Amino acid sequence: MSRKSLFLLAVFLIAALALAACGGAATPAPAAEPTAASSAPAVTKTVTIGFTASQTGKYNVESSRQINGLNLWMADVNNAGGIKLSDGTVVTFASKFYDDESNGDRVQELYTRLANDDGADFLISPYSSGLTSSASVIAEQNGKVMITTGAASASNYQQGYTLVYQAYTPDSKYLTGAADLLVAEAPNIKRIAIVHENDKFSTGVAEALKTHAEALGFEIVLFEGYDSGTTDFAPFINKIQAANPEAILGGGHFQDGSTFARQLSEKGVATPYVGLLVAPPEPSFAELGDAAVGIFGPSQWEPLAAFTAESAQSAGLAWKGITGAEFTQRYQAAHSEEPSYHAAGGYVAGLILQDAIERAGTLDSAAVQAALDATDMLTFFGHIKFDTSAENHGLQIGHEMVYVQWQRDSAGNLMKQVVWPPEGRTAPFITR
Amino acid sequence: MKTLRSPGLWLPLLLVAAFAVYPLITGSASTRESMFTVLMSVALASSLNILLGYTGYVSFGHIVFFGLGGYVGFYLIDEQGWHLFPAALLGGVAAGLLALLLGLSILRLRGAYFALATIGINEAMKAFAKQFALFGGPNGMELNFAIYRGYGGANAALWLVFWSLAVLALVVIFVSFKVKKSKFGLGLMAIREDEDAAEVMGVVAPRAKTWAYVLSAIFPGMIGVLFFFKNGVIEPESAFRLHLSIELLVMVMLGGQGTVLGPALGGAAYQSLRRTLLTSPMFRDIQLVVAGVLLLLIVLFIPSGAVGWLRSRWAALRRVLE
Amino acid sequence: MSQLLQYLADGLLIGVVYGIAAMGLTLIFGVMSVINLAHGPIIALGMFGVYLCFTVLGLNPFIALILVAALGLLLGLIIYIVAVHRVLNAPHLSSLLATFSVNMIIIGIGTTIWSTSFRNVDYSLGTLQAAGISLPATRVAAALIALLVTGVLYWFLYRTRPGKNIRAVANNRTAAELMGIPSTRVLALSFGIGTMLAAIAGGLIGTILPFTILSGGVYELKSFVIVVLGGLGNPLGALVGGLILGLIEGVIPAFTSVGWVPVFEFVLFVLLLLLRPQGLFGAKK
Repeated sequence: MSRKSLFLLAVFLIAALALAACGGAATPAPAAEPTAASSAPAVTKTVTIGFTASQTGKYNVESSRQINGLNLWMADVNNAGGIKLSDGTVVTFASKFYDDESNGDRVQELYTRLANDDGADFLISPYSSGLTSSASVIAEQNGKVMITTGAASASNYQQGYTLVYQAYTPDSKYLTGAADLLVAEAPNIKRIAIVHENDKFSTGVAEALKTHAEALGFEIVLFEGYDSGTTDFAPFINKIQAANPEAILGGGHFQDGSTFARQLSEKGVATPYVGLLVAPPEPSFAELGDAAVGIFGPSQWEPLAAFTAESAQSAGLAWKGITGAEFTQRYQAAHSEEPSYHAAGGYVAGLILQDAIERAGTLDSAAVQAALDATDMLTFFGHIKFDTSAENHGLQIGHEMVYVQWQRDSAGNLMKQVVWPPEGRTAPFITR
Repeated sequence: MKTLRSPGLWLPLLLVAAFAVYPLITGSASTRESMFTVLMSVALASSLNILLGYTGYVSFGHIVFFGLGGYVGFYLIDEQGWHLFPAALLGGVAAGLLALLLGLSILRLRGAYFALATIGINEAMKAFAKQFALFGGPNGMELNFAIYRGYGGANAALWLVFWSLAVLALVVIFVSFKVKKSKFGLGLMAIREDEDAAEVMGVVAPRAKTWAYVLSAIFPGMIGVLFFFKNGVIEPESAFRLHLSIELLVMVMLGGQGTVLGPALGGAAYQSLRRTLLTSPMFRDIQLVVAGVLLLLIVLFIPSGAVGWLRSRWAALRRVLE
Repeated sequence: MSQLLQYLADGLLIGVVYGIAAMGLTLIFGVMSVINLAHGPIIALGMFGVYLCFTVLGLNPFIALILVAALGLLLGLIIYIVAVHRVLNAPHLSSLLATFSVNMIIIGIGTTIWSTSFRNVDYSLGTLQAAGISLPATRVAAALIALLVTGVLYWFLYRTRPGKNIRAVANNRTAAELMGIPSTRVLALSFGIGTMLAAIAGGLIGTILPFTILSGGVYELKSFVIVVLGGLGNPLGALVGGLILGLIEGVIPAFTSVGWVPVFEFVLFVLLLLLRPQGLFGAKK
């Protein structure tokens, strides 16, 4: 081959490779932002809400409930005819989502794609604090408003973000109430073992609990973290038995929490009080049978919660959306199961966004951001208000937790009861 | 300057430059992200090739250098307020030091034993990072978003990282070529063919191997800093991901081990294949299966990789492809 | 005291099961110097095998193991013929990548069919209480079965003709071929037995712990450590190595945070490779 033809071959090869390498992503052109210029009546526009769902992997249970809730909100708002903006445009919502496989590595890639290629106007977080912290960076880098739900870690709001808003009560308040509950209901106990998952959320919970419990005079006899994905809790259970606590608090997410509860029962651990994160409020926790009895845990929301337009009025807050009973009934009709707080969290994330867009009267990110900063409302989920300080921007400061416990009713059926705070109680607190 | 005229050098350099310039043409953040992944794979695979391809040592846990460098750099940027560039440099130094230390010990092992040891080291580092409070323990560290402002905002910071990576990738290719053409490189390849014979011929094998190891570790360390700076979050699981390590081996193998162009080609081809499979609705679910079958076919039937195959198929290409 | 006994017992029970998994890995390495990177996914397939037999066919998980073992053997033969035989004499990288590609294929198919969500064989035999310690009976049963499998493997390797052939090929393939041993058939059989052991180990683990299609990876890494503890290529060493690893996992938590266990394990692993690559017992060169 001559020198020239070699050169041509090389150029051809490179061009071909570059094309092949870029082929997958060569579709930019994000959806055009609506302009305020159009004043013609009944202009309609579809707003894309982008998010990832953990359709597979360890967060599968919680995430699918969350997405069910979000979809229910979207159906509600679209059926009601959408939102009317101040320029007369009528806005309806559509979702665009990918499966993140409960894997943080995929989240950033997918959110970048949602924000750039798929023209998502607003973002909703994935489930879990770990995935959300990965997604938050992308939302902020691309200037998109993101409502986080299913993500309680408070540290995410100390990273200097300005567009990320939290629907959940932050992690620091998850189990502090459990310590208060024990003080009130079991004043004799002193020894607590804390065994938690080693992820952002559960570590945040455990550390806040430790500080609070020590201030209340409890003795922390064991403080241990386990790796995410742990399936064999034998070493931890042995350490618990050696430490001989009167209460075990901790856990992480649904999968590890329910395995932990099952193995506590298999090993015949007799500790009278066991409180776990995330798993107990899930209706499917009942599949554990006897191992579930007496296990309690914090919940962001329960079907029994009774926030209404009237309670909003007496608290001097704006009321927004449907009531808890309506939500439960509609969710049950759609999915033939009782909604968990993850489902409610998904719904309320959409509701927060809807409320902010309505008040802003536009889809412009900066205006919606200003409206979110001013949010102060009561929903079926509870009080919603965000921290607007530079240090904790977007942190949820309105919402509070309740505590549930699995108990057998007189017919022997497993029932989830609210045991704390006292004003919302549906049954007395029991031992395991 | 004579080396620059060798097609064996400018061909891969041109290839990398094409990837780097592509996002500039489209101007889209999404293309930039895709090309970031491609360039990162190219640079990582080419670094690994210095040890794997030239020296013949299968480093299965090579990602440990990427993770360690990333952690050190991230710590310096986030906690100590360093600028990205010195932090990246120090990330590279940290990775190089670890390689030096390891090189003096585990490079004595051969074949499968060495491969197993590198896996062990990666897992030990991961477990250690989970316990090490200074680096944030199991939760790792998060970059305060305000830090991006020092670079003129998030967008400017992301482009800066991209260009830094592109330059680094070009440097890696250049170094890889220089090593291959040097006496040092010849020594390495002698070790690859027969270590004992090489020693008899006067190659100081332990020293040569160690320097090859160090050289192949420095770049992943620096790339780790760039990657995690862009990511804004670093965690033990994502920093020391064994799977990525094995993917690097696949890339080197795909393009052709022991060649300069091969790993660059392999890295680019693997990433574009993976993305095409992931985004195609038909292959999305079975992308791993397709990738696995392809890998198996290559290993079984074209073990010298694309470049190796081309070189042996057409003698004329041997002057062009290195 | 009874507390320490509890740590010991838990560690030993799970250690025997780890041992079985590692035995498969080390047998394959001993016979053909191949590190089988598809080991983890095969363990996971064993888990799913038992899970499916239990949930779909309603079989007792321990009975289902027989079926799982047979399928494991068959799968091993197929993998050997398709992916391993051709690269047997190629450099190490080739066999590592060939088995890794099998790993990707199995994980890919498994993820498509079962997703990566957790499964659980909801099977319990109650809790055994003795000498102040309490042990879930399924774990005891799993450990006993693992011991039984080890015994059968030994009988097979030392008392039967095919077993002796395997040992001969492991010792010196060329010499064995000269003696008229059909080495290809023996190699395929060893690979089959290796994967069968992995599948059995997976089935046992799947009976006592929840799992996903990706869970095998954890046990594959543990197998590496065990294999090096016991000496690469030495099946009995693998059982002892498994017991040691189980002990480390069971007892270290008594003295420090559980998070340090893997640091300790892998540092020990690297040190052993450096100082005693023939394993703790140096049974074989």
